[in-house]
Amino acid sequence: MKLVKAVIKPFKLEEVKEALADIGIEGMTVTEVKGFGRQKGHTEIYRGSEYTVDFLPKVMVEVVVDDADAEKTTEAIVKAAKTGKIGDGKVFIIPVESATRIRTDETGPEAL
Amino acid sequence: MKIKKYLLALLLCSSAFLMTGSLGAQEMPDAAGAVEAVADAIPFQEGYDAFMATPEAAFFTISNIWLLIAAALVFIMHLGFATVESGLGQSKNTVNILFKNVFIICMGLITYALWGFNAMYPGFAEGSAGVFAMGSWFDVAPSVDMMTAAYANYTWYTDFIFQAMFAATAATIVSGAVAERVKLSSFMIFATLLVTFAYPITGSWEWGGGWLNTAFPDAEFVDFAGSSLVHAFGGFAALACVIVLGPRAGKYVDGKIRPILGHSMPLATIGVFMLFLGWFGFNGGSVLSADPYLVSLVFVTTALAAAAGGMGSIFTSWIFLKKPDLSMGLNGILAGLVGITAGADTLTPAAAIAVGLIAGILVVFSIVFFDKIKIDDPVGAISVHGVCGIFGTLAVALFGSAAPFMTQLIGTLSIGAFSFIFSFIVFFILKVTIGVRVSPEEEAEGLDIGEHGQEAYPDFANSTR
Repeated sequence: MKLVKAVIKPFKLEEVKEALADIGIEGMTVTEVKGFGRQKGHTEIYRGSEYTVDFLPKVMVEVVVDDADAEKTTEAIVKAAKTGKIGDGKVFIIPVESATRIRTDETGPEAL
Repeated sequence: MKIKKYLLALLLCSSAFLMTGSLGAQEMPDAAGAVEAVADAIPFQEGYDAFMATPEAAFFTISNIWLLIAAALVFIMHLGFATVESGLGQSKNTVNILFKNVFIICMGLITYALWGFNAMYPGFAEGSAGVFAMGSWFDVAPSVDMMTAAYANYTWYTDFIFQAMFAATAATIVSGAVAERVKLSSFMIFATLLVTFAYPITGSWEWGGGWLNTAFPDAEFVDFAGSSLVHAFGGFAALACVIVLGPRAGKYVDGKIRPILGHSMPLATIGVFMLFLGWFGFNGGSVLSADPYLVSLVFVTTALAAAAGGMGSIFTSWIFLKKPDLSMGLNGILAGLVGITAGADTLTPAAAIAVGLIAGILVVFSIVFFDKIKIDDPVGAISVHGVCGIFGTLAVALFGSAAPFMTQLIGTLSIGAFSFIFSFIVFFILKVTIGVRVSPEEEAEGLDIGEHGQEAYPDFANSTR
């Protein structure tokens, strides 16, 4: 099993969710995060004083899939989340040791 | 430490005892003494009913109702203060800011009844200095000369409740400026002393017939609804406290100003609109009758000054601070309102626009100035109330002819100076005895947890901790 972890632009979330549904992935966990890579922040001004905001709002999508599905999951996310502009984000694949469905105690790929 | 706390408690208890000890001492203004003797002979209900059957009772009744509505409008300004201050503060300090505002209205009304009202309107005797008078419990057994037109265009009780609503606003001005790092107990003690004792003293100088009222015959000091007596008073008290208290941690670092953002612009906006609404009572009620011409004039000058203030600050911030800043726009509306408060009944509508516009421009530069000299004021109270309060008082002479410039200058500076010195001394004493600031750890974690053990938004994930 693999954990596919993606940091994407917030407004791309709906598109990514639908793209995953199209390839048969129905479940995921989503977190609101802040971060930056090469995308620079921007300057804001409050009551006359300027300051830079480096951390930009992003959304993190996490979905655990079968080993066989990891690559097509990644491809689907990349295609849906891409805008071509700086700050699109990144997708990582991380190995998962075990998975358990809490309701039924199933383990392994059946739990996904 | 424990001895200090016991001494402080002893001091507070004896003050409370002294004040309540005057309960039951029924003070009657000297001027009405002669009338009182006659009025006492007639039972109240009979005399009152007789008055209410006369034609004069109509105007009296309408004026009385208007004053009571105005009192309710000034009351709603406390909600305005609570929301604007919490909106411009961080979410982790919201409970603390709201709590201070809840305390202030409760404390203000009670202390004004126990002491302030009679201290502010003592009926200074002929030849007295007109500087200070003792207070006492305000209540008067209903009598014809206190509840009919013999007293004023409204009853004694109406007079009390209308003025009582003003008294507490002085402390709310301070609460915004010291927010996010002041120690709650110290603030509560300071606010109580400021509203109970200092506010009635300066109020008595002018509205209570004291020295400001009598020192300049034919060149009288004019402060219609309190640009100096309420706003400059509060603004300079705030300045003194902020100087003693110091800025918020991390605000001024390496010679740069690091903005600490307010957590809710909607709350701040709601607050300012509420204050704008309340000001119709604040100024409108200060006509002290339902006189159609004066009340309508005051409504017009008040609204135009507020609008011009907003326009002034919006465009000033856009031109000089690169972007149109919402919080500056809000402060500008308040600046216009403070600016017109001294002359709402003597300035023309055109003059009101000028006064509001200048106040709106002034407040933006003032806020930036105070930040530059490291006076940390999260809500701009010192600029809105202190600076624009002085300007509003002077505007009576600059844009109208109700009073000469020198009188206005002397009046506003003496009120501001008294408030500043009083506040500096009291707050400094608090600083060296029980301290006026929370610990750095508490300031970082938020005063809600440290002072109250509560959160304002427990359901929201907090990303700053």
